[in-house]
Amino acid sequence: MNRVAGELSDLQVDAQGNLRHLLTIEGLSREHVVRILDVAESFLGVNDKSIKKVPLLRGKTVVNLFFEPSTRTRTTFELAAKRLSADVLNVNISASATTKGESLLDTLRNLQAMQCDMFIVRHSDSGAPHFIARHVEADVAVVNAGDGWHAHPTQALLDVFTIRRHCADFTQLRVAIVGDVQHSRVARSQIHALNVLGAAEIRVIAPRTLLPDSIEDMGVRVYEDIHTGLKDVDVIIMLRLQHERMLGALLPSEAEYFSTFGLTPERLAKAKPDALVMHPGPTNRGVEIESSVADGPRSLILEQVTNGIAVRMAVMSLIAGPARPPEPA
Amino acid sequence: MNLHIRNARVIDPRTRRDTPGSIFVSDGKIAALDTPPPGFVSEREFDASGLVACPGLIDVCARLREPGSEHKATIASETRAAARGGITTLCCPPDTDPVIDEPASVELIYRRVEDAGYATVCPLGALTQGLRGEMLAEMGALKAAGCVGVSNAWEPVSDTRVMRRAFEYAATHDLAVFIQAYDEWLGKNGCANEGPVATRLGLPGVPIVAETVALAQMLELVAATGARVHFSQLSAARSLELVRAARDAGLNVSADVSMNHLHLSENDLLGFNSLCHVRPPLRSERDRDALRAGLRDGTLSAVCSDHQPHEPDAKLAPFPSTEPGISGLDTLLSLALKLVAENALPLLRALEALTSGPADILGIPRGSLAAGTRADICLFDADAQWEVSETSLCSAGHNTPFAGWPLPGRVRAVAIAGQLHEFPD
Repeated sequence: MNRVAGELSDLQVDAQGNLRHLLTIEGLSREHVVRILDVAESFLGVNDKSIKKVPLLRGKTVVNLFFEPSTRTRTTFELAAKRLSADVLNVNISASATTKGESLLDTLRNLQAMQCDMFIVRHSDSGAPHFIARHVEADVAVVNAGDGWHAHPTQALLDVFTIRRHCADFTQLRVAIVGDVQHSRVARSQIHALNVLGAAEIRVIAPRTLLPDSIEDMGVRVYEDIHTGLKDVDVIIMLRLQHERMLGALLPSEAEYFSTFGLTPERLAKAKPDALVMHPGPTNRGVEIESSVADGPRSLILEQVTNGIAVRMAVMSLIAGPARPPEPA
Repeated sequence: MNLHIRNARVIDPRTRRDTPGSIFVSDGKIAALDTPPPGFVSEREFDASGLVACPGLIDVCARLREPGSEHKATIASETRAAARGGITTLCCPPDTDPVIDEPASVELIYRRVEDAGYATVCPLGALTQGLRGEMLAEMGALKAAGCVGVSNAWEPVSDTRVMRRAFEYAATHDLAVFIQAYDEWLGKNGCANEGPVATRLGLPGVPIVAETVALAQMLELVAATGARVHFSQLSAARSLELVRAARDAGLNVSADVSMNHLHLSENDLLGFNSLCHVRPPLRSERDRDALRAGLRDGTLSAVCSDHQPHEPDAKLAPFPSTEPGISGLDTLLSLALKLVAENALPLLRALEALTSGPADILGIPRGSLAAGTRADICLFDADAQWEVSETSLCSAGHNTPFAGWPLPGRVRAVAIAGQLHEFPD
């Protein structure tokens, strides 16, 4: 295990190998990931019932601590916590509030004083959930809901969960991640998750301005041309392109991006005939993906959203649930 | 007072001396080595058996936080910590609050330093008023008030015409210009070396070209203006190639490196260790090795502490939101001796880079044991071991990534202008 994986897993996995926090996929074993996916599978059934609740986190308080605006991720975490019977507190702290002088640590101590059991953290600084995990009391858990460009582990888990429901064997899979890898915490976590599960090949496809330095070191192959990059892949993951990327001179325009890197039916045809199309949402139609592809038969975009609840239930119950979490159905 | 230091291993890098002997101090100056000058009557004897006696260390870059950030440290606390670490002269950059851009600020610093009574300070004056990069600071007045050079610290001078004029004007007053080679655009928002570690951690990167582009531009201005320029805390192998080529071409430039960059690399950021958040960022291990080689071969003529003491809260935040900098006065000598112990550097060269090397950069007649020089002497036990910890640090800033490191070398006493301060353990 390399050094970064070692240091990070020390923080999120206890001496018995149980998950204490979920901060990043990096450093998790294959068993950890498969366990989360298996437990998530058992929760899919819960979500289909008319009474969508299990009592695994009854009496626990989960705090959605969001320092960055988010609707979708926060809502799915909230739903997941409620379906586990937890009490949920949503705390949205805008950047302006923290500049009033209250430090992150002050905020944290105040919330801890209210006897919360789990913090779901989103922050624009890479490493913020690690920082919080280092400073919370021993019985408080931290789940990373996205930090800077660093990690978004539950998103990556729901992505591999969704892939697994369609193709069980990762060792045969070629996966292409297309778009703004440089600024994407989702892409970094996906790369780790796919590597842990033994994917045959992971490709990243982007213009050089959106590729981070030495990304190959994370176990991917780099393509700057989408046609060759998509050839014979089984899964295509499109990344969201933020509008502000035009300001930093990273790209000339959304139109040019779409014309060179957008996923069109013609480009999709380069991939395997039954290739899956995914996107962490929200999609920019006509910027990174054409509507006909986003809504087409191979798109799993809405399925990803549905699966997000089950995967987040699995993560929260494994971290803060009873000593013996539910056996997979 | 006449002081006689005897039984020391006397090392003077300036004369390549490393032999047992005595030092005779009179009127705050070195009177003689080995043989007492005529009529010398010792008033105080210091038995330096088992100790090295070398010139007091000179640190070309240390922030004392006063005026303006006294909640981090003060001139009194840091000049004392410097003395404890064997450092007898500190050079502080002008980015205090207020900025050192007028004689009153210089006088304030000199007064506080004198009141404290420990290490002495050579301030750098501002290159431009308020470090805003627009109008020239009153360099003549700053020099008269006691500034040894001028600098814009980390504040950019975006207008190259202003930079050129500043070089010319500084040269007129025979003031060295201290440059932090950093292109503000290429380094914008970055907090870690652009490379595999920053990519993994999702930290915004500062590419090496942010340093080399600025460096290349400054070297051209040096060639055009004839200014005497010193580059502070270079961080990359490529930067040393540029400096080496410039010196081979006859340019009057020098450069230093921070002790942090000789021991740490980007890998030390793993786990989001904010104690390793520094400017310029820690680079690759290859760069670190090149910096060590550059120090050995003389491309780098000094090692500084790049001392930046902080209050604990400054580092208690997610990595990108923490303040950069390491508290380094306490560990400067020991980390140099660690390089010696690891055979990365000969002892004489290590001490040269902490004494005569920095003296030449600052243009001050210190950093040697020659008769007539101010009696700044560092007396240390090279074999003593100590462990860096919060309680073993003398600086008000405890922000060090070296905590827990066992280090060689402990200062037992320093003489500052002949005034002896002893530090029994």
